[in-house]
Amino acid sequence: MSRRLADSRRRLRGMVRKEWLQIWRDPSSIAIAFVLPVILLFLFGYGVSLDAKDIRLGLVVEQMDSDSRNFAESFGRSDYFMPRYFSDIREAEQALTERRLDGIVWLRHDFSQRLLQPSPAAIAVRVNGVDANEARITAGYIQGVWFGWLEKYAREHGRELDTPVQLQQRVWFNSAVISRHYLVPGLIAIIMTLIGSLLTSMVIAREWERGTMEAMMATPLRIPEVLAGKLIPYFVLGMAGMLFTVVLAKGLFAVPLRGSFGALLLSGALFMLVALAMGLLISIIAKNQFVAGQIAIIVTFLPAFILSGFIFDIGSMPAPIQLITHLVPARYFVAILQTLFLAGDIWPVILPNLGAMALMLLVFMMIIRRKAHKRIA
Amino acid sequence: MNTLWQLLALVNKEFLALLRDPRSRLVLIAPPIVQLLVFGYAATFDLNDVPVAVYNQDRGSLSRELLARIEGSPAFHIAYRVTHEEQLRPLIDQRKVTLVLAMDAQFSRDISQGRSAHLQALLDGRNSNSALIALSYLRNILIDFNQQQLQRQGGPTLPAALKVRAWYNENMASRWFIVPGIVGLLLLVVTLVVTALSIAREREEGTFDQLLVTPLHPWQILLGKSIPGLIIGLIEASFIILLAVLWFEVPLRGSIGALYLGILLFLLSAVGVGLMISAISVTQQQALLGAFLFLVPAVILSGFATPIANMPEVVQWLSYLDPLRYFLVIVRGVFLEGDGYALLLHQYWPMALIGIVSLLLAGWLARHRMY
Repeated sequence: MSRRLADSRRRLRGMVRKEWLQIWRDPSSIAIAFVLPVILLFLFGYGVSLDAKDIRLGLVVEQMDSDSRNFAESFGRSDYFMPRYFSDIREAEQALTERRLDGIVWLRHDFSQRLLQPSPAAIAVRVNGVDANEARITAGYIQGVWFGWLEKYAREHGRELDTPVQLQQRVWFNSAVISRHYLVPGLIAIIMTLIGSLLTSMVIAREWERGTMEAMMATPLRIPEVLAGKLIPYFVLGMAGMLFTVVLAKGLFAVPLRGSFGALLLSGALFMLVALAMGLLISIIAKNQFVAGQIAIIVTFLPAFILSGFIFDIGSMPAPIQLITHLVPARYFVAILQTLFLAGDIWPVILPNLGAMALMLLVFMMIIRRKAHKRIA
Repeated sequence: MNTLWQLLALVNKEFLALLRDPRSRLVLIAPPIVQLLVFGYAATFDLNDVPVAVYNQDRGSLSRELLARIEGSPAFHIAYRVTHEEQLRPLIDQRKVTLVLAMDAQFSRDISQGRSAHLQALLDGRNSNSALIALSYLRNILIDFNQQQLQRQGGPTLPAALKVRAWYNENMASRWFIVPGIVGLLLLVVTLVVTALSIAREREEGTFDQLLVTPLHPWQILLGKSIPGLIIGLIEASFIILLAVLWFEVPLRGSIGALYLGILLFLLSAVGVGLMISAISVTQQQALLGAFLFLVPAVILSGFATPIANMPEVVQWLSYLDPLRYFLVIVRGVFLEGDGYALLLHQYWPMALIGIVSLLLAGWLARHRMY
């Protein structure tokens, strides 16, 4: 019995060694495992931001007097705007059409007189609505400046601004509302999907394509040993990718890690196993690098990007799409990551998501066990 | 005349190689449709039915009136009404709600006596973008409520009011922004994969040498490799545009000719980059990975989901090398802003330049890299 176990260990070691060499010697697997994560991390860390800044705002002031100047100048003091003055609305609208402006604030010639009348003076605002999210943010910032000016105007005229209800807002977990802090933790799930599913599926499919899988079948290796031997090196690679990303997230991008490292490691390891199982399953079905790569991108990479809650809020998707997201393992991991990094060890969030991933792993393993035989074609 | 026939024969052969294999046929048809549907429906920054918890200690009618306004908005959905403050924290912690609204016992009395009442809003910042959007929806509701309240009290209203109008997309629907973008995204993916694999496949199978010893000129080979990508791209583009207009009901307001000129130049640049990748790669796997390594940054830097203007300046310079950046301006300009040729001139020429330079480079690389 112990003899057989020792043999099995020896065979497994040989298999792991072979896989490891194969990873190191192939430039394309190095590219996926190391270059792509770094590119992604830098692009998302530095490049992607939903926080608008330097909004190009056209200020149309038809009659420059103390009130209208006062109002217009409050935009210059805001960090969000790069104001430009126009005297004619047509000129400004032309600039908006030609995409030289993001928005217009239009003060008509009778602005100061209308301020004194009982009905409010209308300030027309135009924003370019093509990018709806950006338009909403721009309109929100303009509102903020407008409100600040109203308060100042009321104070200067010796009274308080009448606001029946005042909003007191607080954003928990990310009080400065930095979009990078929510994007970078989710990125770990994307990078681990790339290594676990895309790389693994293509490499194993290559064995089928080149016929080296058949050669392996002629060896005394048993199916579980082949599978384990394949998975162990990629598991190590994926976990290394995760640690690397965590270090960069904390060190370079100053994302806080409020939860425990142990919980992160545990959930990361479980997700890595799920991703590997998916990669393995894809390669067994495809048996061809090209098809495996395509399936892996469509079934694992894109959903991890779009359907996981990494960027887009799952709660706002239509109900059928929300149902589909339950089939995406990255969804559970992204929820854990965002909670662990920004909120802390909140077990009522972590445990159900861990459970869902464990269930998926079990299902994938069962399918793999049924599909993988030592049999040709 | 003879060279034209030779070219046609090569194009014919390329099409056969692409379409005869059921697997590569699948790659041309399935991903675009799946991606269009998934992106079209899932990729949105608009919020619907944000779950809200309410902790209302006020017994007056005004707090109920304000809550009815919030409940009535499609963005919010009051999921919990709690009676103790301690119940709030777990609801946010466990992501059961994104927003908590709290009103104290004096809320209605303060308003009716002309004092400011406080509405406390706590938001889950784990998705900070959603938190910001929810906040801006909430603020709009509050501005309306305040204005109505002031009018009702008959006192002085606000001295000035904003009238915000969004041009081109009056309801500020994210889908109108994302769906035209998908036209560019899918075109880039399909064209790049088709052309990136074309030379690499011949290399891997050893038929590239055979192609080189035929009487075909190198430029004929290159053209023969480009034309199938161009034609497939044009067909897929038309199909996706049709779906965008008929299925997703995005308005197509501008000149179709200007759009197709953009598509043609964009395809030219995508084909050029694809052939360049193909000429460097030895195997299909390398070509596919090369295409992937180009695609991911190209999509992220293009302004597809997040605005280029928000990126740091160095990254913005980098995005000038990205053909998708220009095409997205064209496709959104024609769809939503109703643009014609003149307004898009500065988007056309950089794509043409990228296309020509990359094609020349691809030709040079293909001749100078023999295995």
